[in-house]
Amino acid sequence: MSSNNGLKIFTTPFNSGNPITVLVLGICSALAVTVKLQPAFVMAISVTVVTGFSNLIISFLRNTIPNSIRIIVQLLVIATLVILVNEVLKAYVYDVSKQLSVYVGLIITNCILMGRLEAFALGNRPIPSFVDGIANGMGYGIILIIVAFFRELLGSGTLFGIRIIPESWYVANGGFYLDNGLIILPPMALIMLGCIIWIHRSVNQDLQEK
Amino acid sequence: MRLREIIEKIKPAFSKGGKLGMFSSTFEAFESFIFVPNTVAKNKGSHIHDSIDLKRTMSIVIMALMPALIFGMWNTGYQHFLSVGEEVSFIDTFFYGFVKVLPLIIVSYVTGLAIEFASAQIRGHEVNEGYLVTGMIIPLIMPVDVPLWILALSVIFAVVIGKEIFGGTGMNIWNPALLSRAFVFFAYPSKISGDKIWIAGLENAQNAADGFSGATPLSYAAANEIDKLPDTLDMFIGIIPGSIGETSTIAILLGASILIFTGIASWKIMVSTVAGALFTGLLVNMLGGSPYLEMPAWQHLIMGGFAFGAVFMATDPVTSAQTETGKWLYGFLIGVVVIIIRLFNPGFPEGMMMAILLMNTFAPLIDHCVVQSNIKKRMKRKLIL
Repeated sequence: MSSNNGLKIFTTPFNSGNPITVLVLGICSALAVTVKLQPAFVMAISVTVVTGFSNLIISFLRNTIPNSIRIIVQLLVIATLVILVNEVLKAYVYDVSKQLSVYVGLIITNCILMGRLEAFALGNRPIPSFVDGIANGMGYGIILIIVAFFRELLGSGTLFGIRIIPESWYVANGGFYLDNGLIILPPMALIMLGCIIWIHRSVNQDLQEK
Repeated sequence: MRLREIIEKIKPAFSKGGKLGMFSSTFEAFESFIFVPNTVAKNKGSHIHDSIDLKRTMSIVIMALMPALIFGMWNTGYQHFLSVGEEVSFIDTFFYGFVKVLPLIIVSYVTGLAIEFASAQIRGHEVNEGYLVTGMIIPLIMPVDVPLWILALSVIFAVVIGKEIFGGTGMNIWNPALLSRAFVFFAYPSKISGDKIWIAGLENAQNAADGFSGATPLSYAAANEIDKLPDTLDMFIGIIPGSIGETSTIAILLGASILIFTGIASWKIMVSTVAGALFTGLLVNMLGGSPYLEMPAWQHLIMGGFAFGAVFMATDPVTSAQTETGKWLYGFLIGVVVIIIRLFNPGFPEGMMMAILLMNTFAPLIDHCVVQSNIKKRMKRKLIL
């Protein structure tokens, strides 16, 4: 693997191969866990860990897995990793783990994982596969964090739980400001994703369909 | 002719390659706002020409909105002075409402037109006239005390997300004015629902008259307090709390007659919306069960935003059904859904906004079904022969 190629594997998921804005995978969790920055951040790290290591493991096993049962082997690997991640979250960040509730478990069904395993890990050597997995997890995570940034700032007036918009601005305290209730709801997260895709495609015009 | 001469003089600078070429669509918008454009369709095929174009259409709708606007201004003042228990002259009443309503209209137009002009420049399109009507309707369907920054945000949302991303005027799926109201409704519910916000100055008033309630007829009805409803004549004339332009059925009917007489809005949609509401209302009357369910069906027509929605928003030529049969079905279903939401959904006392937005979504499907059934019918006829 030339270093140029390795760099390309790493950078593609941030731009022309972004899992959310270009491949449109993993939308469900992107809408569900982005109300606040903290759970979004934890979710991004969890998914990055799972994509990275599942890619690595499957790539090691790629020549020994019989083709007819490869999906089930992939699921087994992913499920094991997700359970591990879930246990770690419960042990160290219990509050966030409770907020994320089922969505950690649902990483198993996140299309990005199976997509990368099928498209990359089954046909490439372990190290590039690991890089691809980590990069895709981070490409997913960065969109999550952008969406969560705006949703928490406009919907709750805080960032990572720290108050950004002063209390004295609020109507209840004699000010003029109100939190936007719509941005807390999933439809607005979908609209925001749409706007990110819009901006992404105006910047990177190769992505526009003719 | 002096204006014409000035325009001709500065025209070269604004045309392609001129010094201010980047503003060509802005220039074009103002020129055709003042004079009818002198361009003619190319001599290809046959054209049926009519003196009406998009700008004249919009102007007529604005004229049709005037009775509701002027009555709304007076009613804003009247309700305010009623709430504080003062008696003032007609002029003072109207002037108070005028001062309250004017900022809403200005904010709505400035924000919306700024986006329209900017997006026309970016895309190199002509400026669309569609916002002229939307910008007038938006203040009319808001409570008078809505904060101006919320109004501006809702206009931005409606124009950008509701219209420009679909390609501008004529391409939108949902009525932009209703979308802006829906935005406020979900984003800042405390500013557009409840009993306190429909009357200017009531929300943080210390001087409200004793026992005065700002509840709208619909909120009484939704609470099953039918005996507290205002007089039928008051509701028909519009001397009730509510959004600025929606209260007066008689002013709206005046606007409706202008629209129908000039043929700009479809009378079929208006009639079928009323028919749908009456049909569902009578059905529910027969079933009965609570005072609200037994309230005469026709009273729904003069409460809340029903009349305004049926006349000015259901008939939006872009978002309504296009086929003639489709229009009947589309309007009828709006009427049905309004009454269902009003009577059976405890969360929303008013259903007009939701009903129209819902049927906007289904309008293309209705058209598709009508067209397909027509094709099928004709195919069958062909086989028999």
